[in-house]
Amino acid sequence: MPRWDRVRESFFNGERLVDSFPRLLDAFVLDIKIFAWSTPAIIALALVLAITRSSRNPALFPIRIFVIGYIDIMRGVPVILWIYLIGFGVPGVGLERPFNSPLLWGSVALVLTYGAYIAEVFRAGIDSVHESQRAASRSLGLSNSQTMRFVILPQAIRRVVPPLMNDLVSLQKDVALVSLIGPIELLRQAGIDKAKFANFTPYVAAAIIFLMITIPLTRTTDYLLARERKRTSATRVR
Amino acid sequence: MKLELRNVRKSFEERVVLAGINLEVKAGEVVSFIGSSGSGKTTLLRCVNLLEPIDDGAIFLDGDEISSVGRDPNPVRRRIGIVFQSFNLFPHMSVRRNITLALTQVVEKSADEANEIASSLLKRFGLGEKIDAYPDQLSGGQQQRVAIVRALAMSPEVLLLDEITSALDPELVGEVLDVVRELKGSGITMLIATHEMNFAREISDRVCFLASGLVAEQGSPTQIFSNPTDERTKQFLRRVQAVGKT
Ligand SMILES: Nc1ncnc2c1ncn2[C@@H]1O[C@H](COP(=O)(O)OP(=O)(O)OP(=O)(O)O)[C@@H](O)[C@H]1O
Ligand SMILES: [Mg+2]
Repeated sequence: MPRWDRVRESFFNGERLVDSFPRLLDAFVLDIKIFAWSTPAIIALALVLAITRSSRNPALFPIRIFVIGYIDIMRGVPVILWIYLIGFGVPGVGLERPFNSPLLWGSVALVLTYGAYIAEVFRAGIDSVHESQRAASRSLGLSNSQTMRFVILPQAIRRVVPPLMNDLVSLQKDVALVSLIGPIELLRQAGIDKAKFANFTPYVAAAIIFLMITIPLTRTTDYLLARERKRTSATRVR
Repeated sequence: MKLELRNVRKSFEERVVLAGINLEVKAGEVVSFIGSSGSGKTTLLRCVNLLEPIDDGAIFLDGDEISSVGRDPNPVRRRIGIVFQSFNLFPHMSVRRNITLALTQVVEKSADEANEIASSLLKRFGLGEKIDAYPDQLSGGQQQRVAIVRALAMSPEVLLLDEITSALDPELVGEVLDVVRELKGSGITMLIATHEMNFAREISDRVCFLASGLVAEQGSPTQIFSNPTDERTKQFLRRVQAVGKT
């Protein structure tokens, strides 16, 4: 029979919590940093991939095949494997500082994988814009790329904000995977504290810190989704 | 000839939609296309606007072949406007921006010039108030009128109208047709695909009945509606009469 006092001692130890929490928050700053510098790169990469994949220019056909292959491969393998492969592997091939940092290559791995995930989100958005919008734009004499830039993308991005936020919530959590190759971020710091005192409270504290970010993000996503649904149903029914 | 179609053919996979259309349209002429659903009215207009590449034949604008492969379609599209049945306007842009986008991006008018064109055209068609509205704040009829204004803003020589009233509530049809009435006689050449037989009869200089991928019969409105000679035209007109659309 598990005993409640033992559970409390091991997972909800007040003293350990007070002791670890500031250190964990400090470590969490690194998670935020990785998230903050990866996200713009991810979005930029995803947009380039999605636009290339949706392009109808026959000359781009070989590049399109390459992009499809890239997206399939990145999405078909667990993120953690890419982090090991790129984050551990690349610094090991004899690069000089600062280009041998696992932190750098761990972030690169996140960008390359999440870029592929989010490219598919953007592509779904681009595909969801009605074909007649393209026709209307082209019939006015706008070129393919002007049509993409002024007509298709603005509508597509607006529609994919909620699913995009969902993926960013996942990213916020997956940043912790980078800890597995060295950098001392929140999860890693919690592991250190746990080992030092043979107590699980630091993990619980780490969970609380993640939730402080992910729950508000998730609620915002729900709100945006509901708003989008209301907006589109209001304009569809006529 | 303003516009000339010579033996224009178009198929989608196995389905032959245009089986060698020949047609000559004079400058300023208003030509309507009627025919049952699937007879190729939309496809014909889309081919003229180069939205669909044709399989065979040629299309001439002012004697200039516009349908040749490899030719940049964008300069041609400036001269040939098209308005569709629905989903015309860009929903994320104001009426003003809908109209000025192509003016500033394609013909490189200044923002001021483009604005001036937009507001004077909107005023002319009774939409002056709506310049800063978004499409979903407009009625379907207003949206279609804005779509026509947007096409006109490019000063096209030919205007293609594809069933511009079919998606509208009956009480909104009139205001859109009024715009077309006003345009007739302004010198613009119009090709109109329509199910509104009364309107076709009133507005057209010539009516073409499409069947089996060809212009099966053509003539003045009186001739087509009062004395059709082709058996298929007669049948078609009887059918639309039966559903009370004549
Ligand atoms: N992009 C396409 N791909 C495949 N088939 C098509 C395509 N566009 C049109 N068609 C087919 O071509 C035929 C003619 O269509 P079109 O839209 O030109 O007819 P329509 O006369 O405009 O009909 P409606 O009165 O219903 O608008 C139809 O059978 C249609 O299914
Ligand atoms: Mg049609």
